[in-house]
This record gives sequence, C-alpha cells and structure tokens, in this order.
Amino acid sequence: MRLRRSLLYVPGNMPGMLQNIPVFEADVVMVDLEDAVPLQEKDAARLLARNFLRSYTDRNKEMFVRINGLDTPYALDDLREILPALPDGIRLPKADNPEVVERLDTLLTEHEEHLGLEIGHFKIIPSIESAEGVLNCVQTAVSSPRLVALAFGAEDFTASMEIDRTKTGEELFSARTQIVWAAKAAGLQVIDTIFPDVNDMEALRTETALIKRLGFTGKSLVNPRQIEIIHEVFRPSAKEIEHALEVMDAIKRAREMGTGVISLKGRMVDAPVVTRAARVLKTAIAFGMIDFDLTDEVIHGEK
Amino acid sequence: MQIRRKSTAGTMQSSDLMVVVEPAETLQIDIESTVKKQFEHLIRARIETTLRDLGVAAGHVRVSDRGALDYAIAARVETAIHRASQE
Repeated sequence: MRLRRSLLYVPGNMPGMLQNIPVFEADVVMVDLEDAVPLQEKDAARLLARNFLRSYTDRNKEMFVRINGLDTPYALDDLREILPALPDGIRLPKADNPEVVERLDTLLTEHEEHLGLEIGHFKIIPSIESAEGVLNCVQTAVSSPRLVALAFGAEDFTASMEIDRTKTGEELFSARTQIVWAAKAAGLQVIDTIFPDVNDMEALRTETALIKRLGFTGKSLVNPRQIEIIHEVFRPSAKEIEHALEVMDAIKRAREMGTGVISLKGRMVDAPVVTRAARVLKTAIAFGMIDFDLTDEVIHGEK
Repeated sequence: MQIRRKSTAGTMQSSDLMVVVEPAETLQIDIESTVKKQFEHLIRARIETTLRDLGVAAGHVRVSDRGALDYAIAARVETAIHRASQE
C-alpha cells in the first residue's frame, strides 16, 4: 500500500519553495501551475517546474504536477513541458465529469508513446471541486485506469455552490461522503481538501480527524507546517494496533476450530471485523510501526 | 531564437534571479549576484549553455541573481528569451 496521507502544494513559480521539496516530509508534493501562478507567469512557472523536476532525480517522495484546467489555453503547454521531466502523475483540476479525465488520459497516452514510456506510466488524481463534479464523481472514479485517488477541492466547491466555507465544515459533509463512496466503490484512495488557515493547528487536527472517520485516506495541504499533524492523525494508535493483532490471533484460533466467528473480550469477531483489523495493520506496516507478514491467507483463511 | 524586443523574467526573491534581455549586435552578459565572488563563473557558464541550447548568438543579457540554483537560472533565462523572441 502506497501511503498518500499528506499531499503538499508547492507554487510552481517560486524557486525558494521548489528547492526545499526534497526536505519536506509530505508523502506527495504537487507542484502547482494553476491557482498559485498568475496568468502572466504561466510560461515561466512551467519551465521552472520542468527544470526542477529534471534536476530532482534522486526522489524521496511522489511528485505530481497540478496543471491548468483542460478548458484553459495553458494545459496542453503544461503537459508538453512537464511530462518529459517525468512527474509521477497529474493532479487534474476541475474534473467536473468523466469526459475531462478521459481526455487527459488520451493526452497522457500520446505523450507516453512519444516519450517511449510504458502506457499508464503517468497517474491521475482528479479534483472534484464543483457541484457538477460531485454529482458525476461515481462515473469519474471509473473513468481511467490511471486514477489512484479522488481528491476533493472545497475552496472551488464552495465558490461553485455560492456558499461560505466554515471551519466546522457542515456545508461540505454531503459532498465529502459522496466522494468517499465513489472512491471506495472504485477501489481508489481519497484525498480531502486543503485547510487554509495555517495558524489554526487545532482546527486542522479536528478536521483531519473528521475526514479520517469518514474514510478519507489523505489530505491536501498548503503549508509544510501542516504535515506533522496530518501524519499524527492518520497514524494508527498503539491501542488500535494491539486490538488488530488480537483480532488476527482470534480468527486464526477460530479457523483452527473450523469456524469463521469467535468471541474476543465479549465482542464478535468475523470476516468484516478481520477486514477492518487488516486495514489497521496494513497502515501500521506502511508506517513502519510493526513488522507483520499480512498475507491473504492470514486475512481470509486458507482455501 | 532571436531577441526581438526587451523582455524580463524572474523575481528579486531569495533563491531566484531577475533576467533582462535586449536586442544587441553582439552577445553581452552582465551579472550582479549576492554570491558573485564565489559563483560568477558558474552562473555565466550556465547562462551561456542555455543561450547556446536556444540558438541565441546576440543580445544583451543582464542578470540580478539572488542565490539561484542552476535549474532556476536556466529556466529564467529561457523564459526571458522566449518572451523576447515573440513579435
């Protein structure tokens, strides 16, 4: 399992920020050619980002680039300059419907053929950031085999809804759940929106805990100072890991007795409980917190 | 590529540089830098390589460097030349 807990935006036209990318501890960095770059600097940003990616060969994190929307005059130039510098993927803004993603998929295939890369090399994370995008996200989630995650963009979403964004986020609840469902049904990771107030770490922690409970697997962010809190919230607790290991042990004993259900401290353990425990363990393994051989046989039993 | 008009690229922020290019009969490169003493020769070499790759043989290139790395120097020079080559 590839961890994508923290996806940090870095403005594409700021060398001072770009060259710090190797030391940021985010799982993914998204070099931004879209909203962080004024119109008259689009040409400069894509060359700077391209040169940075070329020079950053010994990479210690996934590198995505947020290109400009496919409905702008900048997107094709963005792809032409950026793709030869081999980012891992593209963060696609304004993914209002599956056709937008399909169009990007076709463009990426053309570039891969031209560059002599394997088809499917470049991944896509589409941003769902409008009412239309939320309504169509079930189809968008299955629009390309390149998708690794769906992402929610609440700043543009609230603008499209003509509403204000609050710190408690009640106005985002329905959109968030729909996007999580669409992503889970398609087997994708799902990335929550940025939290814009970089000085309010407690509200960031509360929001991250909320979106983790809803099923999100990661969060976009705008400031490296936010990384640590996001990682803390997504890290399984020692208690969760201990319980998950007990569940695995219990189900093993159950299967040895020829049954698929057993009681653990007065609570039933059966297949869905084991699946949830396995998810905790997978996360803990990916965090390097435990060493555990989590095979399909351990999770589902021998056939 | 030909420098047809005066153009600029970059900023005066730390780790960046400002490039100004203008048409001229010959190639002239002037460098101001916060790290001029140690690095002027490397900055000049990077600018010359970039200009050569772009096929620029003549022009006045002025650079105010704020400690930019190679990738940024090449990108800002290229941007300035692209802008200057447009009618």
